[in-house]
Amino acid sequence: MTTAIDTPATAAEKEVSAQGKARAKRGENLTGWTFAAPFAVLFGLFLVVPALYGLYLSFTGETLTGSGSGLVGFANYADALRDPDMWKSLGNTLWFTALSTIPLVVLSLALALLVNLGLPGRWLWRLSFFLPYLLASTVVVMFWSWMYNPTLGLINGVLAKFGAAPVAWLQDPKVAMISVVITTLWWTIGFNFLLYLAALQNIPEQQFEAAAIDGAGKWRQLFSIVIPQLTPTTALIVTLQILASLKVFDQIYMLTNGGPAGKTRSIVQYIYESGFTGYRFGYSSAISYLFFALIVLVSLAQYKLINRRSAA
Amino acid sequence: MSTYTLARNLRGTVKQTHKPGENPWSVSRIAALLVLAVLAATWLVPFAWAVVTSLKSEADAGASQITLNPPDGFSFDAYRKVLSAGDIPSWAWNSLITSVAITLITVATSALAGYAFSRVNFKGKRWLYAAIIAAIIIPPQLLIVPLFRQMLAFNLVDTYWGIILPQSFAPAMVLILKRFFDQIPVELEEAARVDGAGRLRVFWSIVLPLSRPILAAVAIFVFIGAWNNFLWPFIVTTDAHLMTLPVGLQTVKSAYGLQYAQNMASAILAALPLVVVFLFFQRQIIKGIATTGFGGQ
Repeated sequence: MTTAIDTPATAAEKEVSAQGKARAKRGENLTGWTFAAPFAVLFGLFLVVPALYGLYLSFTGETLTGSGSGLVGFANYADALRDPDMWKSLGNTLWFTALSTIPLVVLSLALALLVNLGLPGRWLWRLSFFLPYLLASTVVVMFWSWMYNPTLGLINGVLAKFGAAPVAWLQDPKVAMISVVITTLWWTIGFNFLLYLAALQNIPEQQFEAAAIDGAGKWRQLFSIVIPQLTPTTALIVTLQILASLKVFDQIYMLTNGGPAGKTRSIVQYIYESGFTGYRFGYSSAISYLFFALIVLVSLAQYKLINRRSAA
Repeated sequence: MSTYTLARNLRGTVKQTHKPGENPWSVSRIAALLVLAVLAATWLVPFAWAVVTSLKSEADAGASQITLNPPDGFSFDAYRKVLSAGDIPSWAWNSLITSVAITLITVATSALAGYAFSRVNFKGKRWLYAAIIAAIIIPPQLLIVPLFRQMLAFNLVDTYWGIILPQSFAPAMVLILKRFFDQIPVELEEAARVDGAGRLRVFWSIVLPLSRPILAAVAIFVFIGAWNNFLWPFIVTTDAHLMTLPVGLQTVKSAYGLQYAQNMASAILAALPLVVVFLFFQRQIIKGIATTGFGGQ
């Protein structure tokens, strides 16, 4: 790869030293594109092309067999908006986002505050909370399916020792989503936790000294100095968390397969199923684009909110 | 605990955790320590229970009474079985090959493009830059259907390249590297260029050596992401011999049936490489997340 780029780049350089400005400009263009080309080719082929192709597909009746192909206008979009399963999956996704974002922000802040007190064993606390974040979703799900196992699992085993009735963690429609959220909390809290921990260490010491002189106690300091100082970090964490939660797929798909009775099926799973088990490629693409519109809206809203805050 | 201590601790000066002369074991500190210990222990339970299960015999693992003292004792039998009979070694190999390839290509392409954005004024630069920023909000999950059909057309379904190529570019990493290159003084390069060194030479022998820490951080994050990625490899591989670890393990869950010890042994084996990566690169990983917030894709 190196040799392939080497020749044009050095040739361009010789031109720069020898020739006039127009030539130099052409040389810069050549150099720039030579450097950017490997990335630009992959980016074009595997992101821009599928994004445009998906948009095209969303206006076709494309299926696996190719039957019913051809342009159908907005029919897929209209179908999607009338599809109760689509709305149900979207509702589940929003419910999951609400249920997961709040504890993932609040608990990660609490953990970071506790670890940052400077108690002994700091590396151990950090390791315990962060390690799960490094695991593959499959591994996480294997651990938790075993924990949640209705007859042999550790959780119900411990409950039984206390005389409590076993819970069907992944099979009970009222509990399944909570179980998915608990697993997600365990898996991903380490990321938010580390962001908060880093932000806490950047709060200037003078502020605390000034507050101490004014006679502010430590709880008072927490709410009047620490939490306000963390606002930009909180905004970042909430943004990233909402976007990540909206895209949930892996752990739900593997833990409950969207069940029981579609109670935990996420929108990404619905896209996957319409495309790869229903083979309705056009329809699946249309839902993808509707969902993408939602993601863009959420991103824009958060961008505006954060900018207004920092401007004020 | 005095406010002074709190302030010091919030600054992260943890070597000295309390004010000289103050009691380090005040009631509030002990209470905080207890809370932390309970939470950390809770967080380690799923891990620990998986390890315990993986060391049991299948009969004990499948017994409905939970126990830390199984009748058959503990052994590595489950690991031995999984490693000798199952597909795990070949899945691990597939994961390693594809993750290393993805990491090398991503780091190389991101560094080259990041440098072009940082230093070279070429036609179309703004346009490409805007496209990259826009691309960051596109969730890759939404492209699975068109991308899969594209892979069918390219004959890349069930190949290593089919797994590798769509994961081998990272707009976010290009931006991170561009921002880093922006901070390197241009003078360092200009001196070399006056001496007649070409751009690629300058990039290779001046810019890259200065960027080692950030390149390492990017490489670690790309590797972890690639090693753990589930959805794309899951979609593009149907041949069991070509599956990566996360995809293969997912099929095993049902295939092993009730062999819980082997199940947990497989999960532990799949987790092990990343635990090792973390222990070796702990500082880079933590610093990388803390300073740039990346890795949260």
